[in-house]
Amino acid sequence: MPLIRNGDVIADSWVRHEDDAPLPADGDLILPLERLLHEGTQLAGRRGLTGVQLANTADVEEIESLLSCLALVTLEFPAFTDGRAYSQARQLRTKLGYSGELRATGNVLPDQAAFMRRVGFDSFEIACGQDIETWKNAPRAISLAYQRGYEGGAVTRYETNSACGASPAI
Amino acid sequence: MYRYDEFDARFVRQRVSQFRNQVERRIEGELSEEEFRPLRLMNGLYLQLHAYMLRVAIPYGTLNSAQMRQLAAIAEKYDKGYGHFTTRQNIQYNWPKLSDVPDILDDLADVEMHAIQTSGNCIRNVTADHWAGVAADEVADPRPYAELIRQWSSLHPEFSFLPRKFKIAVTGAAADRAAIAFHDIGLRIKKNDAGETGFEILAGGGMGRTPLIAAPVRDWLPGEDLLAYLEAIMRVYNLHGRRDNKYKARIKILVRELGADEFTRQVEEEFARIDAPQVVPPEQELARISAYFAAPEYQDLPDDDPVHAKAIAEDAAFAAWASASVERHRVPGYAIVNISLKPVGGVPGDATAEQMRAVADLAEKYSLDEIRVTHEQNLVLPNVRKKDIHAVWQQLMEHALASANIGKATDIISCPGLDYCGLATARSIPIAQEISTRLGDDARQNEIGGLKIKISGCINACGHHHAGHIGILGLEKAGEEFYQVTLGGSGDENASIGEIIGPGFSGEEITDTVETIIDTYIGLRDDGETFLDAYRRIGPEPFKEAIYATH
Repeated sequence: MPLIRNGDVIADSWVRHEDDAPLPADGDLILPLERLLHEGTQLAGRRGLTGVQLANTADVEEIESLLSCLALVTLEFPAFTDGRAYSQARQLRTKLGYSGELRATGNVLPDQAAFMRRVGFDSFEIACGQDIETWKNAPRAISLAYQRGYEGGAVTRYETNSACGASPAI
Repeated sequence: MYRYDEFDARFVRQRVSQFRNQVERRIEGELSEEEFRPLRLMNGLYLQLHAYMLRVAIPYGTLNSAQMRQLAAIAEKYDKGYGHFTTRQNIQYNWPKLSDVPDILDDLADVEMHAIQTSGNCIRNVTADHWAGVAADEVADPRPYAELIRQWSSLHPEFSFLPRKFKIAVTGAAADRAAIAFHDIGLRIKKNDAGETGFEILAGGGMGRTPLIAAPVRDWLPGEDLLAYLEAIMRVYNLHGRRDNKYKARIKILVRELGADEFTRQVEEEFARIDAPQVVPPEQELARISAYFAAPEYQDLPDDDPVHAKAIAEDAAFAAWASASVERHRVPGYAIVNISLKPVGGVPGDATAEQMRAVADLAEKYSLDEIRVTHEQNLVLPNVRKKDIHAVWQQLMEHALASANIGKATDIISCPGLDYCGLATARSIPIAQEISTRLGDDARQNEIGGLKIKISGCINACGHHHAGHIGILGLEKAGEEFYQVTLGGSGDENASIGEIIGPGFSGEEITDTVETIIDTYIGLRDDGETFLDAYRRIGPEPFKEAIYATH
């Protein structure tokens, strides 16, 4: 599936490891939460980065102690109308101070791209066949925002006297 | 009144142009109706029984004359010459064409209005006491905070895909005219002993199929923490509100299932970890907004006006209307004038373009350019000099806007029901019209006194029947409409949920039933006792006996 980061479609170096098989010694792996919690310290011996796939029912505090070892967290939108992952992302970025890659997966659409950026997502796994140009233009639709303390490059009322802000790349 | 600055204006224009693009993609077939649906709902556009319906936000029910004239112009240009004021201080147009909607939104933006978040599972148009800023019993004006919430909730990145819709109401007075206990979040402004402004916070109230009175969450929150605390409540709800069942998805169910104490604990824990200075607007922002709501230049007038007193003494019809419609203003010599949109036998909340213009003219000439829309589907001229009231009344009469029934039996709240709404299970407007016609005689209404009849055409309760002194809920069984009656509901500071009185009634029986209930009350009331007080004293039994004995 195409992966968008910083406005470009990029190759996905990460591999999802979903079965019970032993972990390969190399490569960047995305583990389900259960597996990550189970492997714990054994991950330190691997060459390659570790990521975790969190369901949108998970409490992000479950990975608080592991965050420093994680280079990727994926959060899920089973349907774009199910907005739990927005709050999970926000909690990861602000409450827990996570600064690694935060990837949106599932029903990820350009109409919501700006919102996702603003709560802290920085990569987007999209379905095949979506128009990349629509994705690139999406953040330009609304460049202004009222909410303070959110990310994503939108210009907020309180941070500038100018109403003309540059649009961020997705 | 609040005025857009360059930022607000650009924000709304960007939203219009984004929506124009979405409408074009729909018309060209790039978006299916299924894909378009959540997008249009984010902007107040419903697909109803016969046509699209556009709901336009009137934030906290405040309008100026230019805005009201634009609402009239839109009704004429894009609709059938009228609009419908709703129980959430909005206006709905029932017949717009999809391709016209972006143009309507541009016309609205011309007068600093929009349809952002008037539907969808997001934070809806914030409502407030319709007498904000002028009520004699007010502690503080709720409008600056309501405007702050409007801005903060507009296209909120985190809270635009909630489990279900979310409604916030604010009052700044002891008497609750905003029905805060029936909202997802209800806010009451208070002052502490040091004179500081803060909030009492309620959460988890609502109507629908599971009516619940909101639980107290905080007795005192310092004013500057408001948005951080709202963020905490919204986050707990967004993460934990049920999404498996649409009918259990409102925050009221979460609060009930967790218990108010546990819900509050979770909110407080989240609140404690929010970096408030990072998220709340700087102090000067509230000051900037508040400046727009500074009291207008009132004249220094004696409270008693001889012209007004003489008109009351000499003109009985005027006196009757004034007694129902005119309320005490906090400034001597001024009055709050309520305008009924409930002509006897008419459609509750409807106004023609011509009536809207008439109200706009009156506001400009006599009410310091201000109009309010109430959740009871009426209008208000909040700043009328007492000496002008008679002239206002004469002009209202010319436009069929002078019904002397505010707060009385024919001041009925009704949802659109099966005449328009795709969700309705029964007609509600025709029932409201029939009851209104039956009870419409002035002497009869005066005999009955203060009474709130509220009618919903389905379980979603848009007509607020749970909060009606007499509530009527239209349902359908085996293709037949029937009407369930509740008694004793109230949306004020002593909020209560009406109790179902027994088996329902057919459309032919319901008006007789209402009249029997009223006659029972009149027969049993103490001197000066209102319907609600009498019901609370004597309970449902005498009413049950009266209405079911005849069956």
